[in-house]
Amino acid sequence: MRGGYLAADTVLHRLPAGVKLAGLVLGSIALLPLQDPRLLALALAAVLVPYGMLGRRGLSRLAQWAPLVPLLAIVGVIQAFAETPAAALASILRILALVLMADLVTLSTRLDDMMAALGFVLRPLGVLGLDPRRLALAVALVLRFVPVLAQSWRAREEAWRARSPRRPRLAVFAAFFAGALKGADQVAEALDARGFSFLKDRRRP
Amino acid sequence: METKTLVRMALMAALIGALGLIPPLFLPLAAGAPITAQSLGVMLAGLLLGARAGAGAVALFCFVVLLGAPLLAGGRGGLGILFGPTAGYFLGYIAGAYVTGLLAPRLPFGTAVSAFLAAVIGGIGVVYVCGIPVLGAVAGIGLWKAALASTVFIPGDLLKALAAALLATTVLKGWRAAPHG
Repeated sequence: MRGGYLAADTVLHRLPAGVKLAGLVLGSIALLPLQDPRLLALALAAVLVPYGMLGRRGLSRLAQWAPLVPLLAIVGVIQAFAETPAAALASILRILALVLMADLVTLSTRLDDMMAALGFVLRPLGVLGLDPRRLALAVALVLRFVPVLAQSWRAREEAWRARSPRRPRLAVFAAFFAGALKGADQVAEALDARGFSFLKDRRRP
Repeated sequence: METKTLVRMALMAALIGALGLIPPLFLPLAAGAPITAQSLGVMLAGLLLGARAGAGAVALFCFVVLLGAPLLAGGRGGLGILFGPTAGYFLGYIAGAYVTGLLAPRLPFGTAVSAFLAAVIGGIGVVYVCGIPVLGAVAGIGLWKAALASTVFIPGDLLKALAAALLATTVLKGWRAAPHG
């Protein structure tokens, strides 16, 4: 699976994740009130520098945000008519700078480092019963389940296509969902059997 | 929380991610934004797992996306999502799944009709209520224009609510083991 992390050795990669997150917060606070398109263009240019340093991989990373372009175009047209073209340009530049700045943090931070940093941010939620160990297990399970589910769906789809020229019916989807949920319960039993009972509510006998 | 609930939440989160891998259908007028099956997964999470675990599953999905896993439709992920114009819809998914799960067993209609209405109110209404103000503010186009721009998604979302209701009633019929633990 393609990850959000881009392996490289830049200054950004060497910074601790917490520092980058704090920098992202400060950077976005600084960018939000800016109205001058020239200043925002300057900010966007500064954000683009690390992408340039990553070369072709940096460029293909930028291309990943292409789905945002039509939406930004519509926003630009609406705002250019409702207000001024300068305000429209400022909005678009601001969104691009913010999104790409945040993506810099993602591409330069390994998933486990990000998890540790965000886990620290989420620590106050521990009062609500959020256990970091449970969260880590859940994240690992999600990352593993996605390719497994995609494969299982392809197998079912192939089996359907081998038997019918029509598109798969809703019942095929339903069987897929039911099978997936049954599979989840088996994984839970397997985890419990291997001593993951510490994940259970401690109040239970 | 039992291990079973935790794993079911992880599975539902992964399903939402897997639904994003289905090639999106581009509507010419829909601001180019992709119509994906992802919000179908959000409705299903509420309908199949109930309010709490359903919202938990969606929150887990959002967390994994923010960590950088490219699970959002079109292979996007990472913190950039939070800073884009669609951040409100993204986080609104959590509340949407909760309301869907909360309403489905409480509405006084047949199972399928209740599931459909719950998916419409939670998966469409609540998500839009969270998404439209953020779109309006981030893009600087104001509430009305943001709401107007969002209406192009309603026909597709209604179809998804219908599909979610039919799927959930079929799945729950075969899967009687109480999903709420």
